[in-house]
Amino acid sequence: MRYLPKSPGERIEMLQQIGAGSMDDLFATIPQEYRLERDLAVPRQMGESEIVDYFRQAAAHSAAGYTSFLGAGAYRHYRPVIIDSLVQRGEFLTSYTPYQAEITQGTLQAIFEFQTMICELTGMEIANASMYDGSTGAAESVTMAVRITHRSGVLVARTVHPEYREVMATYAQHQGLTAETVGFGEDGRLDLAALEQSVSEETACVLVQSPNFFGVVEDIPAIAEIVHKKGALLVVSIAEAISLGVVRPPVEADIVSMEAQSFGVALSYGGPYCGVIAAKEKYLRQMPGRLVGETVDKQGRRGFVLTLSTREQHIRREKATSNICTNQALVALMATIFLVVYGKEGIRELALHNLAKADYAAKQFSSSGRLLFAGSPRFHEFVIETAEAPEQLNAKLLQQKVIGGLPLGRWYPELGHASLWCTTELNTREQIDYAASLLQHDSEAALSRA
Amino acid sequence: MATKPFEGVRHKVRSHLSQNEALVFEKSSPGKKAYKMPPLDVPAVDAEALLGEAARQDLGMMPELSEIEIIRHFTRLSTWNYAIDLGMYPLGSCTMKYNPRVNEFVARIEGIAEAHPYQPESLSQGALEVIRLLQECLLDITGMDAITLQPAAGAHGEFTGILLVRAYHQSRGNPRRKIIIPDSAHGTNPATAAICGYQVENLRSNALGMVDVAQLEQMVTDDTAALMLTNPSTIGVFESEIHKIADILHAKGALLYMDGANMNALVGKTRPGDFGVDVMHLNLHKTFSTPHGGGGPGSGPVAAKKILEPFLPTPVVVEGAPGEDGRRSLRLDYDRPHSVGRVRMFYGNFGMFVRALAYIMANGPDGLRQTTEDAVLNANYIRKNLEDVYELPYRTPTLHEVVFSDRRQTQKGVKTGDIAKRLIDYGFHPYTTSFPLIVPGALMIEPTESESKEELDLFIDAMRQIAREAEENPELVLNAPHATRISRLDETMAARKPVLRYTRPAEKS
Repeated sequence: MRYLPKSPGERIEMLQQIGAGSMDDLFATIPQEYRLERDLAVPRQMGESEIVDYFRQAAAHSAAGYTSFLGAGAYRHYRPVIIDSLVQRGEFLTSYTPYQAEITQGTLQAIFEFQTMICELTGMEIANASMYDGSTGAAESVTMAVRITHRSGVLVARTVHPEYREVMATYAQHQGLTAETVGFGEDGRLDLAALEQSVSEETACVLVQSPNFFGVVEDIPAIAEIVHKKGALLVVSIAEAISLGVVRPPVEADIVSMEAQSFGVALSYGGPYCGVIAAKEKYLRQMPGRLVGETVDKQGRRGFVLTLSTREQHIRREKATSNICTNQALVALMATIFLVVYGKEGIRELALHNLAKADYAAKQFSSSGRLLFAGSPRFHEFVIETAEAPEQLNAKLLQQKVIGGLPLGRWYPELGHASLWCTTELNTREQIDYAASLLQHDSEAALSRA
Repeated sequence: MATKPFEGVRHKVRSHLSQNEALVFEKSSPGKKAYKMPPLDVPAVDAEALLGEAARQDLGMMPELSEIEIIRHFTRLSTWNYAIDLGMYPLGSCTMKYNPRVNEFVARIEGIAEAHPYQPESLSQGALEVIRLLQECLLDITGMDAITLQPAAGAHGEFTGILLVRAYHQSRGNPRRKIIIPDSAHGTNPATAAICGYQVENLRSNALGMVDVAQLEQMVTDDTAALMLTNPSTIGVFESEIHKIADILHAKGALLYMDGANMNALVGKTRPGDFGVDVMHLNLHKTFSTPHGGGGPGSGPVAAKKILEPFLPTPVVVEGAPGEDGRRSLRLDYDRPHSVGRVRMFYGNFGMFVRALAYIMANGPDGLRQTTEDAVLNANYIRKNLEDVYELPYRTPTLHEVVFSDRRQTQKGVKTGDIAKRLIDYGFHPYTTSFPLIVPGALMIEPTESESKEELDLFIDAMRQIAREAEENPELVLNAPHATRISRLDETMAARKPVLRYTRPAEKS
């Protein structure tokens, strides 16, 4: 009980002061029949070294030491050491939502810097303090667009991350929304002709992702034109934030929902990550989540506060813009530090490295499979179609400690022999060449069998 | 000779210097760098050639600084924060307990921190085992049958829980239209009900601040989907008639949802599943010590009775067939035809699961029980030592938190928010102000188990001195805080003319 700062004597002393005969007296309001009279069935109290051992063993049953080509909404990037040095300062780690501005200026100023950099990167005018992640952020962006337009139709590109689409469907189901999907063309981009046919005066918004789930950059200006012609809003989801170092920001969008995991956040088997919503300033009143604003104190000195909280649940209750309360502040701080470390030049250089690795890898792999959507602009992911089913191929690669691309058939039956590969700055040329040689070997073997 | 009005003695703190620090944009200067990329080992590419019109030209106002400046920048900012690591943080309802450092350590072990959510299941057995063990622990702690760890925070858990309620009623032919919520509830409860398509019916608390059972009985109809109840309530009182409440709901086919925000009062002492709760959420960042981090990340698992299990979000962790070596394996089951769907991508805030499990292991059954007892002991100790100077609107015995009102102090114009600000000068984070809504001018104090008697005595001393200041020197309290880097901020201006991002002086109009 090393976390409890009391001696048995102090407990007795305090009970006496309260006028309680025993600890159980303090729980007298709990009816006897509901009191737990046994020990909880949880592991026995363990020493710190045992806890570390347990998790080291759990960690040993993992992919550590494997070469990975997985992306698909969770990206491996280098995390500068100072991120963890700084976010583990107790003043950041063990404080809470900065309701008391006079003693939380550190968190507040950092969030203000985060909001500013997100605006700068996305080309939007305002950004909030964070959302749970990219998937819930996209869903809340859609409900935000519904509130703004007072329309209920939602069109979702099939090139949006399938799990984002599932989350959006969950959020939309009881809010009277009708969601339809719009397919993609031969080029792996949203089918603009189909979009033009689907979007109507009832459409609240169109949700697209760019770079999309296949790694292809969507034609945002063309999409925006079609969407805006009918008075609908364009919501752009960005799952790979590093892309903004070389890919033009979606300035034509009305709302941008971004997953900032790539900015220095560990993969951690899928979370915690960091969503954020950015938008045009005129939509401020419909923005969900916390916002930090600049103001002055009584002496006229600059300071920062949580602001516009009349949108939020603790004031508006059932009329709030969202039920969100706790968000992802510490993860947003990681992203903030990451962005300051790389800065104006570094984010671009980092993005260029990713672009170059993927360009090289796609060329190497395309000799043993077909590179789909080859002519479209891509960031660092690409789709390879192989003669052999990707699940079987991956099983063979795994024996050589290589984790291959993500098979797409689960979500796109027509792409049953295709998989989504990702290379980041962390994939070396040697790793790429090795994986390519394994693929080459396998496809030649398949040919000779045929 | 006029005596100087009373000003309390601050025993916990004295002033020290804090560093000034500008925004990163103001410190930026072109050409400074804090990174170095390794040489590119593949041919360089021309972004314009690859991306065409989609190529980006410029990154605008992104900062350029060196590493030492960044370290100083964020270190200086950090010193402007109050934190649990500095002292008592009695923010009621938030359970600001100690965040053990071994939690942080184990969450950063390579095979855990670098696990990709789509890595093969055969390489994810360690991660899945962590999920399974945490689930088993939480099920026994809550007395429930089934659980999902997917929700990202408490409010997200509420959303998930109410979706389960809705799916359950829908499966019986009618989703029903109404959810009853006591007026003492967290704002997230009504907001959640609304986004799940329910009408909110407000249940007024009785004279004791508890659920008015007779009133509830009249309200519940076969159109009631659920009651969302916080137990112990937001005034820290256990709903002793909880089983009667559950029976009233169940008689009409409605369900009992429990907001588990106050679970720190119950762990190891009583179980919601035993007293009639059908579905509830937990906050790993409250009860199970994962850090609050300045406002997240949280984690909001939802535990439910058997009848709700078919509707849990996908995927769920299940045992697979034993492998060739006879060892059992775990897998993710996506084939859940009755599921409410996904509430989040991947599997939830896994990093928080690791921390919560480490906390449970460090405590064990005996430690968890003692933790609950100490949390309740601390709250009652504060109550006993302050009830003669602050008004106690409800005298029912309290568990882990105590709620006073500012009724006596308002006679001198001093409100709960002012007392809170003055508490800052004494070296404490304020309690929760003006909540719950059923107590006008509430002071909601939750000390948690993490406070020593010494720290509690300092807090009590500060609160008593402030009460005297409010009586004899109200101006001092009304203008607090006096010892902080900045004084009270102009919140009206912040809301009226929102400045939500930095712009360079030249760009300002």
